[in-house]
Amino acid sequence: MARRARSVTVAALGGPLAAGSVFVLILVALLAVMSRADWPVTFGAADWAVLRFTVWQAVLSALCSVVFAIPVARALARRQFVGRTFLVTLLGAPFILPVIVAVLGILAVFGRAGWVSELLGLFGLPPLSIYGLEGVVLAHVFFNMPLATRLILQGWQAIPSEQYRLAGQLGLPPRTVFQTLEWPMLRQVVPGAAALVFVICLTSFAVALTLGGGPRATTIELAIYQAFRFDFDLGRAAILSLVQLVVAGTAAVLALWILPPLVLQSGLDRPLQRWDARGAPCRVLDAIWIGLAALFLLLPLSAVILSGLIGLFDMPISVWTAAWTSLWVGMLSTGLLILWALPVAAWLGQTKRGGAEAITLLGLAASPLMIGTGWFIMIYPFASPQAFAMPVTAVVNALVALPFAVRILVPGMRQSFTDYSRLNQALGLRGWPLWRIVLLPRIRARLGFAAGLTAAMSVGDLGVVTLFADPDVATLPLQMYRLMGSYRTDAAAGAALLLLVLALGMFWICDYWGRYAET
Amino acid sequence: MLRLEDLRVAQGSFSLSAAFEIEKGARIAVIGPSGAGKSTLLGAIGGYVPLDHGRVIVAGDDVTDAAPDQRGIAMLFQDGNLFPHLTLAQNVGLGLRPALRLTADETEKAHVALARVGLAGFEGRTPGDVSGGQQSRAALARVLVQAKPLILLDEPFAALGPALRAEMLDLTSEVARAAGATVMMITHDPQDAERAADQVVFVDAGLAHVPQPVAEIMADPPEALRAYLGF
Repeated sequence: MARRARSVTVAALGGPLAAGSVFVLILVALLAVMSRADWPVTFGAADWAVLRFTVWQAVLSALCSVVFAIPVARALARRQFVGRTFLVTLLGAPFILPVIVAVLGILAVFGRAGWVSELLGLFGLPPLSIYGLEGVVLAHVFFNMPLATRLILQGWQAIPSEQYRLAGQLGLPPRTVFQTLEWPMLRQVVPGAAALVFVICLTSFAVALTLGGGPRATTIELAIYQAFRFDFDLGRAAILSLVQLVVAGTAAVLALWILPPLVLQSGLDRPLQRWDARGAPCRVLDAIWIGLAALFLLLPLSAVILSGLIGLFDMPISVWTAAWTSLWVGMLSTGLLILWALPVAAWLGQTKRGGAEAITLLGLAASPLMIGTGWFIMIYPFASPQAFAMPVTAVVNALVALPFAVRILVPGMRQSFTDYSRLNQALGLRGWPLWRIVLLPRIRARLGFAAGLTAAMSVGDLGVVTLFADPDVATLPLQMYRLMGSYRTDAAAGAALLLLVLALGMFWICDYWGRYAET
Repeated sequence: MLRLEDLRVAQGSFSLSAAFEIEKGARIAVIGPSGAGKSTLLGAIGGYVPLDHGRVIVAGDDVTDAAPDQRGIAMLFQDGNLFPHLTLAQNVGLGLRPALRLTADETEKAHVALARVGLAGFEGRTPGDVSGGQQSRAALARVLVQAKPLILLDEPFAALGPALRAEMLDLTSEVARAAGATVMMITHDPQDAERAADQVVFVDAGLAHVPQPVAEIMADPPEALRAYLGF
């Protein structure tokens, strides 16, 4: 006659419902795409080349990001210097930086007519060419090396300072310190960081669109776009979408097991007190790594700001209308994301680890362009897909941000439930009052961060919108891409600065709202 | 007032049995070695630990299958008794109305309760802003407004120093007497039991013994209790 104690389950219905609706949205798109594929599926030599390039550039991007991230994280972990906090904050910037803006900055520094090429010219050397594999990998490293650095820095700072104190007291040489303290940590953290970068780069679209292209530098995602946009070959788009789903899905599920959790800024601004690594060569080496990383991040950003200030007065009115469109698409995405992420996170926060998180990870594995293509096919017989361009963009952007948001929210939810579930029960707190009085205030900081991330990602996204948009309507990133394509460089630079301000501003407002109550 | 009928809880290889009755207004100290099942006993009565067998009767009602807040029980835990992001007045107000939309009358009640435990003027402070003793007082103020017939204390004052703990126990007795409530409290200290309890439930090796008057049991402790107390 075993009786179960009644436990308060929040979102017992809403959680599965929200996760299920995500699943259905993706599944419907997949089915729509499959219905257009020509069976039996043929996979030609060109498709193989696309697949090979996609995997190869993702491998290279992951390797380069991690290889550079390790020494930078090590230097940041053990040095205290003016501007360290700023640099750590800056490492978070590429994650919310619109891809197209970063590409413009990278071109301004490393492009054929960029600063580095000019410098090389002074010595009679040929200019750099970064279109193709080099450019794609360079841009991916720009985005993901900081992310990897932050993840590895977390690992370094998770080593208890008492262990360094003990090492210092015993006078252990750096080599021994590395072997006993740092190597075991790296072995845990680095594969996860590399896997995350690999998965992110597998579904890369905007970078490949702007810096890649051609038969030798096309990702699957870009190939879907080309099949759809240039040839209107839905069959080929369908096949490529399936390939993308299998490749990215497998990689994402594998990565889930070794993925480190995403954490908030807190704690990262505290350098370790170290008693080894005091020698001058060590210091110089660390200074060089920190300097290089700072330059690598700051130069393209400064280029965007400098050229943007010049171009700001040269922008056509269409840029401002596009900015307005982007603003409300971003807000719609953020609202949708909150409606999805909260019940899912509350649900997962009460269940055992793992498992259900995979559902939200589908959003990362299923390519945005595949979902877009699917919904295009669904809408096409009934209405003009262009009329739905912005709502579909907002929905897909929210889907893409969902895995990140859930990973940010779940630990906070789990903590709230472990700390207060008995008290909630004792006081009879359930339903909406439980959300309002306990859960929302407890996860407010995380919610603000997740919402800010979504808003910035959505505002800066150049993805599914390229499938739908007609010449009259555009988001700001798309408008900027069109200006770049028509060689209106100054106007594009101005739009880039506006987009940068918009994305960072929306992130800042949400994040500030989240932290406001914590004082 | 509280009747445990053939109650049994099993968790893995651990099991706890209890069968006794407590009259209204009694103050019971629950003592026994670590891991003997004191917290499990209170958890089972409070509705946080599932029963394998038996019934829990509070004030004549069978609450065996009731949710923790529907049992006529107010409980304080070792920690996590207050929400850190709410003010003391809001924390107390939760005891009146879990949706926390208080009427002026209810707000007044919460303030009076805070004043009763010596926290007048602290209504707008948050728990992180006051001392550990003041946090305990605020939690007791909530117990006061909850006005439940049975109060369970799972060592909420364990982190306080001896003098402060004694003060809190006196305050608890006062609060309980004012409400005519019955109190069950876990303690490690026989002095606490003598100070704030009339009867003792000794828990040992998976059995909660029938309550005995505190003076009697302390004067002539049974063998197992003697070993625990170190007499």
